[in-house]
Amino acid sequence: MSDSIFDHDHHFPAVELPSDIPAELLRKAPLNLPNPAELEVLRHYTRLSQKNFSIDTQFYPLGSCTMKYNPRIAHTMASLPGFARLHPDTPAPAMQGLLQVLWELQEWLAAATGMAAVSLTPAAGAQGELAGVAMIRAYHAARGDHGRRKMLIPTAAHGTNPASAQMAGFEVVEIPNLADGDLDMAFLDQHLGPDVAGIMLTNPSTLGVFERRIADIAARVHGAGGLLYYDGANLNAILGRVQPGQMGFDVMHLNLHKTFATPHGGGGPGAGAVALQERLRPFLPLPMVTRAEEGALRWLDEGDLPQSIGRLSAHGGNIGVLLRAHAYIRRLGRAGVGRVSAYAALNANYLLRELQRVGYQAAFPERRASHEFILSVSDLQKATGIRALDVAKRLLDFGIHAPTIYFPQLVPECLLIEPTETESKATLDRFVAVMAQIRQEALEQPERLREAPHHLPVGRLDEALAARRLDVAAAAQ
Amino acid sequence: MPYIPHDGLETAVMLAAVGVDSLDQLFDEIPPALQVHDMVLPEGLSEMALQRELEERALSNAPLRCFTGGGAYAHHIPAIVWEITGRGEFYSAYTPYQPEASQGTLQVIYEYQGFITRLTGLEVSNASLYDGASGLAEACLMALRIQGGDKSILVPENLLPGWRRVLDSVLGLQNIRLVSVPYDRATGTLILPAEAGDAAALIIPQSNALGLLESVDALTDWAHAHGLLAIAVVNPLALAMLKAPGDWGTEGADIAVGEGQPLGIPLSGGGPYFGFLACRKAHVRQLPGRLVAKTVDGQGREGFCLTLQAREQHIRRGKATSNICTNQGLMVTAATIHMATLGGHGLQRTAVLCHERAVRLRELLTVVPGVSLPYGGPFFHEFVLRLPHAAVAVRDALLGHGLLAGLPLSDWRMGEAGDLLVCTTELLEEADLLAYRDALTAVLETL
Repeated sequence: MSDSIFDHDHHFPAVELPSDIPAELLRKAPLNLPNPAELEVLRHYTRLSQKNFSIDTQFYPLGSCTMKYNPRIAHTMASLPGFARLHPDTPAPAMQGLLQVLWELQEWLAAATGMAAVSLTPAAGAQGELAGVAMIRAYHAARGDHGRRKMLIPTAAHGTNPASAQMAGFEVVEIPNLADGDLDMAFLDQHLGPDVAGIMLTNPSTLGVFERRIADIAARVHGAGGLLYYDGANLNAILGRVQPGQMGFDVMHLNLHKTFATPHGGGGPGAGAVALQERLRPFLPLPMVTRAEEGALRWLDEGDLPQSIGRLSAHGGNIGVLLRAHAYIRRLGRAGVGRVSAYAALNANYLLRELQRVGYQAAFPERRASHEFILSVSDLQKATGIRALDVAKRLLDFGIHAPTIYFPQLVPECLLIEPTETESKATLDRFVAVMAQIRQEALEQPERLREAPHHLPVGRLDEALAARRLDVAAAAQ
Repeated sequence: MPYIPHDGLETAVMLAAVGVDSLDQLFDEIPPALQVHDMVLPEGLSEMALQRELEERALSNAPLRCFTGGGAYAHHIPAIVWEITGRGEFYSAYTPYQPEASQGTLQVIYEYQGFITRLTGLEVSNASLYDGASGLAEACLMALRIQGGDKSILVPENLLPGWRRVLDSVLGLQNIRLVSVPYDRATGTLILPAEAGDAAALIIPQSNALGLLESVDALTDWAHAHGLLAIAVVNPLALAMLKAPGDWGTEGADIAVGEGQPLGIPLSGGGPYFGFLACRKAHVRQLPGRLVAKTVDGQGREGFCLTLQAREQHIRRGKATSNICTNQGLMVTAATIHMATLGGHGLQRTAVLCHERAVRLRELLTVVPGVSLPYGGPFFHEFVLRLPHAAVAVRDALLGHGLLAGLPLSDWRMGEAGDLLVCTTELLEEADLLAYRDALTAVLETL
């Protein structure tokens, strides 16, 4: 029986509700919420925190998620009262300190991506994608080019890509990848035409390899009148080395909670800034920060950008997250940002070699890994029935978070592994040793894996029962 | 090297293991023409220098006593809220896709869902959305899916304008029409719409952008009588005192959505906040975003996991209920601890205090020469003040008195030039209210 906050309750006299508000607008039933003592609250949630894995406590080789160290200084800086207590409707002259930070971040992200302009307002990667594809739509519409209803997306793309394109009113056409991981160019050529608005790609792709013919793809898409969207989920692989702007992309989002080390927070808040080429500037989402001629900073609004795709949240986006990303870039500087992809690639390629050495099979053995790579345990499945899920769950027993599994879907029984640059060789070596032990167990005592995890607060949960019973809120007393 | 642990020897050993001579060689599949080695970025700073620079920036934002709301509210946040929320185990955890390793986050969300369902009087709450405004856009899309075939949403003209803009951006992409419902310029509250047309739902804000309370029972009943869903837009703190959406009218509102910021989230210049969204169980399969359920493991031990994931983009891709991938996990953690710390009693007392302070300030200001109150109806903790000068000028002048005096309605293209939307919370004590009155009196004399 788990401990619930709803079980901690002390009796308080009823609060008298105001008499100047008509009774029919006031609560009918008494507010049925618990009244725990502060120490009970403190202990309850501290104990719950101890049931979590986190970067601060465990290695997280979680592919496509870039679980790097979230520097504490960034949290301390974002929590300064001068930022934390600032009301969003404070007039610009009274919030120059914040606007300066945001303006610099816009400039730095544009520099890092090789793009002309940046809007920081999208609250997450998926909202950045929506903003980006909405800008593509607005661009074609502004040119009177109304027939472009299709968005091309690789089959291996993140699920948010087709979902965002659909939300922006596009019809999704999936493009397959070839056996070597590159895009199927023949298929691309077949589908390019006057009804294609653009293509959404990430590079390196979700297969953990660099799309080598990107310049060619860009030329063909542009030649057909389409635009290229860059999904910044894998930007950590090339940060400081290859710029999406230079690869030919027109618009992109950045996951600041991946590449720029802001925390994942157990699932948000993220930040999904968009960066774009000059020709898309009129359509930028609002608000964003601009420098007036006299040097003062202010918010840009609809009057400045009448063709903007509009606003995606009530205020300026996840500013507390943006403050953290700013602190991270400022701490690293040009040299530090340039090192990110180099060491991310070193850790990934080292880990790939070492895991191959202890018997694991790479999905693309002939390719250089980017910042991540894919293993397939199909061989184990054939030998003993052990699946990627079992390997992942057994890793948890060793205090290592599971890699991403069953994504991308086109590699059977896959593990997508991304160590990030902030992990040491010693951590990687321990991971390899654990993976070697798990492989041995898989062959010799597979039930040990099938029943894993053994040492966590709970074992594998009955997800079918969860969906059937749908107990989604503690029942009121 | 900040945050990169490798020393020269380790780097060399690792490069040798990979079989390359240099870090550059790791990128040999990338065409050289695409590789750059310089960016226009500043030099890095030590942690000490960084702290100094950002502390100066933070201090240059003027500290102001906050009498401004308009969708974001200054409240006291008990110290334990962010002490616990900032623990690395919450702060640096990933989305709980591996439930065995995420029982902490999952139980927090389950408890959060319990708090929200009880505040709203509805049966199901998701794990949160980006903010209130984007949450309302999702609620509209959800209503359209439930109703099927309909093409428009009835949107009150006294909905917060920032929220209306988000609806325009998001719903406009899918060619959904937003039909405006006017409000009575004399009372500031909604007039029952003349007709429902092809609308799927009516949005009902409680309170509205002018701070006024709407006749939610009549509006909900009107929506249902015309075959529409009723979408309640509510302040979660106010719900400690005001009628829960589930009790509105004869049948109750169908969806409740709102900005969660008043529940322990710092103002932070506008975000990150979180949007909450609750609905009836019958509509759960159209709910956007994550949902946590209680279940058991193989040994019968109770545990929590994400559920009904087939609605979501990572499974359903282009056919998902939304493209949303995250919730606002850390904000929900803070809100849950905040609600638990205040408790039902503390939330009610805070809500009542906010209201009482607003009543008191309103009373103090009526005696200031030239100031009037355009609306007489009941309100929660915000009210409109009509000034004899442009509200923007008065607001700017009051900055010099250390006050963020309110939100000029002209910023929203609402009301008259002299209209200022003023808000009070429990943070403002009698002395602050008197200081506001005196400063306003002084400013009006000089303008």
